[in-house]
Amino acid sequence: MTKLSRRVLVKGAAGSALLAGVGMPAIVRAQADAIRIGHLTPLTGFLGPLGEYAVMGVKLAAEEINNSGGVMGRKIELVMEDSVNPQTASAKAERLIERDKVAMIIGEISSASGLAIGQVANRLKTVFINTGCNSDALRGTSCNPYMFHIEGANSMYVMAVGQYLLRENMVKGKKWYSLTADYAFGHDLLRVAKKFMETNGGQFAADELVPTEATDFSPYLLKIRQARPDLVVSNLAGNQITNFLKQYSEYGLSFPVAGFGFDTVVAWGAGKGNFSGIWPLVWHHLVDTPSSKKYVDAFQKKYGKLPENQSWGDYNSLKIVAQSMNEMKSADPQKLAEHLRKGAKFDVMKAREAYFRPYDNQMMMEMYAVRAKEPAKMKDQWDIYDALGAVPGPGEDLEIIAPPKDGTCKIG
Amino acid sequence: MQLVFILEQVLNGVLVGAYYLLIALGLSLIFALGGIVNLAHGGFYAIGAYLAVVLSPHIGFAGAFVVSPVVVGLIGIAVERLLFRRFYRSDPILSLLLTFGLAMVIEQGLRIVFGAAPLPFSIPPDLRGQIFVGDFIYPRYRVFILAVAVAAVAATWFIVYRTAFGRVVRAGVQNPDVVGALGISLAPYMTAIAALGVGLAGLAGVLLAPIAGVHPAMGAEILTAAFVVVVIGGLGSFWGVIAAATLVGVVRGVTIYFNPSWGEASMYLLMALVLLLRPRGLLGERILKFE
Repeated sequence: MTKLSRRVLVKGAAGSALLAGVGMPAIVRAQADAIRIGHLTPLTGFLGPLGEYAVMGVKLAAEEINNSGGVMGRKIELVMEDSVNPQTASAKAERLIERDKVAMIIGEISSASGLAIGQVANRLKTVFINTGCNSDALRGTSCNPYMFHIEGANSMYVMAVGQYLLRENMVKGKKWYSLTADYAFGHDLLRVAKKFMETNGGQFAADELVPTEATDFSPYLLKIRQARPDLVVSNLAGNQITNFLKQYSEYGLSFPVAGFGFDTVVAWGAGKGNFSGIWPLVWHHLVDTPSSKKYVDAFQKKYGKLPENQSWGDYNSLKIVAQSMNEMKSADPQKLAEHLRKGAKFDVMKAREAYFRPYDNQMMMEMYAVRAKEPAKMKDQWDIYDALGAVPGPGEDLEIIAPPKDGTCKIG
Repeated sequence: MQLVFILEQVLNGVLVGAYYLLIALGLSLIFALGGIVNLAHGGFYAIGAYLAVVLSPHIGFAGAFVVSPVVVGLIGIAVERLLFRRFYRSDPILSLLLTFGLAMVIEQGLRIVFGAAPLPFSIPPDLRGQIFVGDFIYPRYRVFILAVAVAAVAATWFIVYRTAFGRVVRAGVQNPDVVGALGISLAPYMTAIAALGVGLAGLAGVLLAPIAGVHPAMGAEILTAAFVVVVIGGLGSFWGVIAAATLVGVVRGVTIYFNPSWGEASMYLLMALVLLLRPRGLLGERILKFE
């Protein structure tokens, strides 16, 4: 008789934890004289839904670039990987650069993994454009000359929503109850949000950390109900937001909601009657510019659904790289980094052109806020919010929402 | 005043316990009676949830509530006939590897068919709303989940402990050779148990789809918690799983009341504590085969 000890069951529990960390295989196709671009982003785990949009965005960009003559007459070839977690992300970034000889790397969403990839990029002197990590720390103490950020920094997200909260008198003298994702991104966002709140005369009823693996929010919801805050603030991430929205609606809580980090896909996935509040976005499909409309059409034609903010970042990053290499007539990583840092301007589907500021390599650009629609006014499952407008407004300096130049970043 | 709030968390923890119980019950059943550590359990749970989303527009939530667990149970029969059956008597590590692979196949399969983005799904209008008892709040939907969990537990208990069918299965766990010598073939019984256990995962999927994100990794998300409940409850113990699910719900709720960032860790600490004091789990029985 085979021995089956209770230890096997405990091992089973450990195995089940492992399941969360299994990555996708590499897609590497050899092609002579193509320019290889590494794409590294989480496709599994709680950021997986965002990663899927990142992949759709970057593939569309590659297709458009190759159909219009490629880069210096050479085709773009994407080498795509699932970044899984910081350890794996670091190892894969190294492999992409050293074995697959990519010209540069685009991607990532988790701030913890973004930091790891940024370190590898710096060490191997290869450009990495971060398309989804929001932590200010990546633009501050952890910044480096090879890491660029097309994704907005937490400060920019906070300022975007913050302007509307100020306008609606939700800050001064008000009590906030915040729920924060318990990892690098959340901690950083909480710090920035707290600073904004305190500067503008608000205070916390409570600020609480929520582990990223939490699926049941009910104990938190009971605490919110007891605290009777003026505003519930979400500093959550990825699938956490979907679960939070669904259960907030389930418990019938009626305190106004606002978030400082957001992705449209997690709200699309919440379902009818579950989405509420004011949220920030780096871009959304309602942005009314010619290039934005063209992109929405092209995306819908290829994938049969609307693009969202994450696909925006990866699409535009590759477009920026292709445009820069064509202008420089070189795919040299050093030159690319210099070119991007020299203040080259790019059309990123917004009213104003954007540029990377040399202080911390953060892209200076407009941010947006959106407000959830009344369920009765939604035309279909995609029609969930109204655009509130761009921050900074027309005529204001793009840098006013950027992370403060406090000297923590030492690349300039 | 604080005591009232803690009491509220305790009572809410019981509701949450129903959520853990639904996820863990089928897992416990297949492990206790079949000896299979089913890492694909979360996958079957996810299939149940996706079926609820796909079927509801056509046959309503009520229809999906009945049909999805049955369909998932039928998948369970196929999986038992084709796969599990070969591993009842082999090294447990093999069935671990098998179900680990199966879990990945299911998750990636869902990702290929439906994409990684969560699918929108809401509580049906009839079950929305909250019940207020004094100042305490209970969403009607959670009370519904509790009722279904109690019914599922009662039905499972009846089948395993009060029917001729259950007697054969339990005898088979203790001594399959003697059962065989008595001229009883265990195979169809084990198929039925797998259908029941996997079907329960499907049921959990349908029930949680309205309040949890429906995405391919949703199974992996709950699986570890399900294992923790089974381990705390004790091997082969029916009542142990119920006690453990309730305990995990309550301990987690109270921990979050005092220190939210320890919320998820609290269940692992509880597991460590229980295993130190009672290595077989809370109510674990001594079963020859498992020693």
